[in-house]
Amino acid sequence: MKAATKHNLVTYAIVIALFAAAQLASATGVLGSHLSGLLVPISYYIILAVSLNLTVGILGELSLGHAGFMCVGAYFSAMFSVITRDVITTPLLRLCLAMLIGGLVAAVFGVLIGIPVLRLRGDYLAIVTLAFGEIIKNLFNAIYVGIDKNGLHFSMKNAMSMNLDKATGKTLINGALGISPVPRDSTFTICFVVILITLFVVMNLTDSRAGRAIMSVRDNRIAAETIGVSITKYKLMAFTVSAFFAGIAGVLYAHNISMLNTKIFNYNTSIMILVYVVLGGLGSIRGSIIATLLLYLLPELLRSFNDYRMLFYAIILILAMLLNNNEKFKSLVSSVTGRLLHRKGKEAAEN
Amino acid sequence: MKALETKNLGITFGGLKAVDGFTISIEQGQLYGLIGPNGAGKTTVFNMLTGVYKPGSGAFFLEGQPLLGKSPVEISKCGIARTFQNIRLFDKQSVLDNVKLGLHNRFPYSAISGVLRLPSYFKNEKLMDETAIELLKVFDLDGEAYTIAANLPYGKQRKLEIARALATQPKLLLLDEPAAGMNPNETAELMENIRFIRDRFKISILLIEHDMSLVSGICEEITVLNFGKILTSGKTADVLSDPEVIKAYIGE
Repeated sequence: MKAATKHNLVTYAIVIALFAAAQLASATGVLGSHLSGLLVPISYYIILAVSLNLTVGILGELSLGHAGFMCVGAYFSAMFSVITRDVITTPLLRLCLAMLIGGLVAAVFGVLIGIPVLRLRGDYLAIVTLAFGEIIKNLFNAIYVGIDKNGLHFSMKNAMSMNLDKATGKTLINGALGISPVPRDSTFTICFVVILITLFVVMNLTDSRAGRAIMSVRDNRIAAETIGVSITKYKLMAFTVSAFFAGIAGVLYAHNISMLNTKIFNYNTSIMILVYVVLGGLGSIRGSIIATLLLYLLPELLRSFNDYRMLFYAIILILAMLLNNNEKFKSLVSSVTGRLLHRKGKEAAEN
Repeated sequence: MKALETKNLGITFGGLKAVDGFTISIEQGQLYGLIGPNGAGKTTVFNMLTGVYKPGSGAFFLEGQPLLGKSPVEISKCGIARTFQNIRLFDKQSVLDNVKLGLHNRFPYSAISGVLRLPSYFKNEKLMDETAIELLKVFDLDGEAYTIAANLPYGKQRKLEIARALATQPKLLLLDEPAAGMNPNETAELMENIRFIRDRFKISILLIEHDMSLVSGICEEITVLNFGKILTSGKTADVLSDPEVIKAYIGE
């Protein structure tokens, strides 16, 4: 078996084992209601981290607007679910359609932003994605959308100025109040399946012709061009897939908290996801999953520590960067692991 | 038909004529040398021929096909491959994957078939693996197929870069100072390799080099570039004994 395939199978196995353990702990009451309630959020953060890793780790472009794509997915899918709540009564089917819509709309935004920006080099992408995230958030914060028998109505002023029909009118987005109630269709099991799908797509893409091309853009742009790899095409591909899954994570978020507003889709969230990716290791999908799990759970387990969470993140991030670039530390780690392995081998030989 | 013909190629950077009136013609299967002092514009010529820079004037043809104005990707597909003066490998990927990237356009399958693992994925990946290993064998690199490219010793990195360029099945191979940083023994081996590559893959080679033993050893014809202009062109032995060339290189 190929080394990459083996590595991927282990990653699936880890995720499945974690899911089984969480289900068991949740069912037997070990987790308690507070921690059980965190299972869905952890899941969508894992999806966000894995998808952002595709842009930052595998494509090698810094994106600071991942929460923006999440926001797009959340709002469009929530509108869909509110409209079709009475038409599609099966929650699972409704959520699947909502995910498709949320993901595709986010992907379209990914393409729209990617086309002009990915042609540029350096920090432009970071700046534009940062701006995009803030603009999207503020747009949804200010807009009023309603529906009646005549179709959709928009306003930037207030709910009254949409002039909705009294009998059939329904407010979808109520400005800063957002969308409520969104049907709570997200379940941990669905999230688990979506994580598996995300992993399947991202890992298979990485381990294929397209994935090699994406990584070649990261490793050496000029060399990639001269052997015939279309830089723009593969940058756009990675960026769009990344946006698609961020959108889907947004759908899971929206359908987990019945009152959807733009509060969470801010700069801090984008940075937090980036922290998960960087700490897990750029380009390492398994690392993103584990880092998300640890960093999301740690502050929750140490509630009293919660106030210092951002401080804590900053310190860990700085330490991780320093240690990752420190030759002495690296050789120390390798010598320690080498010694441990050696001792194990010795013991095995003696037995 | 000529393998490569350039007519009056020129490029200007902010008022400085980096290359001016560059006209050469390379026969099929020829080993052609491009020499000149530092800053003469040799690498700039390579960058124009591969589409990295857009020439300000002139034209160039690969086996009669005009290539001026084409993008690097299109030029690569037409059949020009190159190596770089400062090695440019895909450092974080394996030796095998580096060569497979060279095969990118020879065994294409869509990203969708890659994600869904459709039959075309397995078929093309197998072909890529076989072709890449075969190429690595030529350069005695097949034992290190799964090593990360950055961990290869310098000499092998140079070889890998050539293997990757050859994977694109070029008609013309541009080598930018292939002997840089090599000792005399390695240079001698490289000379053999270059000749062997030319004969085995039936390609034409244009190379930039400072090592005169290599140039006089394998190049059939050479062009000397000085301050962006051609000083002289012709048979290697004639050019190297030209007093103008000696003056440009060594001084009076």
